[in-house]
Amino acid sequence: MTYLELMGFGPTGWGPAMLRAAGMTVVVAVLGFLAGAVFGSLAAWAKLSRVRPLRWLADGYTTLLRGVPDLLVIYLFYFGGSAALSAVARMLGGQGFVGVPALLTGALALGAISGAYQAEVYRGAFLALARGELEAARAVGMPPALMFRRIVAPQVLRYAIPGLGNVWQLVLKESALISVTGLVELLRQSQIGSGSTREPFPFYLTAAALYLAITTVSTYGFGWLETRSMRGVRRA
Amino acid sequence: MPEPIVSATGLRKRFGRLEVLKGVSLGAEPGDVISILGASGSGKSTLLRCLNLLEVPDEGEIRVAGESIALRQGRHGREPADRRQVERLRQRVAMVFQSFNLWSHMTVIENVIEAPVHVQRRPRAECLAEAEALLAKVGIADKRNHYPAHLSGGQQQRAAIARALAMRPDVMLFDEPTSALDPELVGEVLRVMRQLAEEGRTMLVVTHEMGFARDVSSRVLFLEDGRIEAEGTPAAMFGNPASERFRRFVQGRG
Repeated sequence: MTYLELMGFGPTGWGPAMLRAAGMTVVVAVLGFLAGAVFGSLAAWAKLSRVRPLRWLADGYTTLLRGVPDLLVIYLFYFGGSAALSAVARMLGGQGFVGVPALLTGALALGAISGAYQAEVYRGAFLALARGELEAARAVGMPPALMFRRIVAPQVLRYAIPGLGNVWQLVLKESALISVTGLVELLRQSQIGSGSTREPFPFYLTAAALYLAITTVSTYGFGWLETRSMRGVRRA
Repeated sequence: MPEPIVSATGLRKRFGRLEVLKGVSLGAEPGDVISILGASGSGKSTLLRCLNLLEVPDEGEIRVAGESIALRQGRHGREPADRRQVERLRQRVAMVFQSFNLWSHMTVIENVIEAPVHVQRRPRAECLAEAEALLAKVGIADKRNHYPAHLSGGQQQRAAIARALAMRPDVMLFDEPTSALDPELVGEVLRVMRQLAEEGRTMLVVTHEMGFARDVSSRVLFLEDGRIEAEGTPAAMFGNPASERFRRFVQGRG
């Protein structure tokens, strides 16, 4: 079989399966990134808080999640979550091992990991805000929630975009680790394909090309966002 | 005697070990233009910032439009007892800063309508029309869609004055509005301020501009070392100063 037949869209081609898997990679990465945005902004807020225990908690979170191998975090989420689910099932009279849905685990694990990185990005972006602009907002009588929505959030996002682009790239590549939970994303699909055809190289080559395609598109996307959001900033 | 629009009684404020205000009282009646003079570190900016609670005085009372601002002892020192009251009263006491502090992610016109639309919840169309008029008044109507970073300092400060006016405040506080400007840009900002004074607006101006203090203000206040060292009409203060220190201060500035 030639490469084109193998990866094509004919009856024996793996093209559709590989594209579907690439789609799954994007889905799990996007979900993980969004979950990370929630965890990350909460952690950044806690790190900037005046309440000391909150700061400790957030520091503990970012130190732990950035200091432990990502694969290990995924195992902890998967087996920890499954152990909890199995225990619940046993209480309800079921038996045996109950696995957590792989997509959910993957998204949460990626969210927890990328949240630790995003927290630092948001915190740095907040510290880059001009204090005087916040003071001006207070001086016109803005309540804290309005000030966050109108003045803080738009500017933090603006300063955060380059750093977030970086984190997104990491999340996308780390999504490959989710394959250990059995989620059929791009890497897992390549393993399946190469196992069944005994032609690993074409599969991994294709996977590499697809990853590259996704990252290239997202690099341009973030570049566009950055240009757009920097309209009010004078370049040195 | 009319009720002052904004007044302070017995203000004290310390930052750590340094006592910046040592018991200062003042009141601004409608139409007053009060220039607050003093050397760096005399406490004049802190005094102004206490009036809209950007700094909370350790002691003393602040009244705005007949209302006393409720303060209480918090864990980090004195703090407003009712955040909403402070937010409400800040809308009547607009502030113009030394470093302009325009919101950099918004165009000039967006800066001007931000507080009227989102804080005061007035109709957007009405705010836009008023903002256009204000920008024309301060002479930067053509800059309405520019971002602050693309304006000169003088233009930014005039935009900031328009932003302050857009709230329809009772009093305007100016915290060294021309100190961050190149000398050739000072005049355009002072002209706008002079125009506001002539319209009868109530203004408190912390400044180093002796000409403005002498020619425009109705009262001059000289702060030294956290206390009011001298005060009076410009004619009395500059003509025949009773305070030797004020005389030296003025002479030192030519």
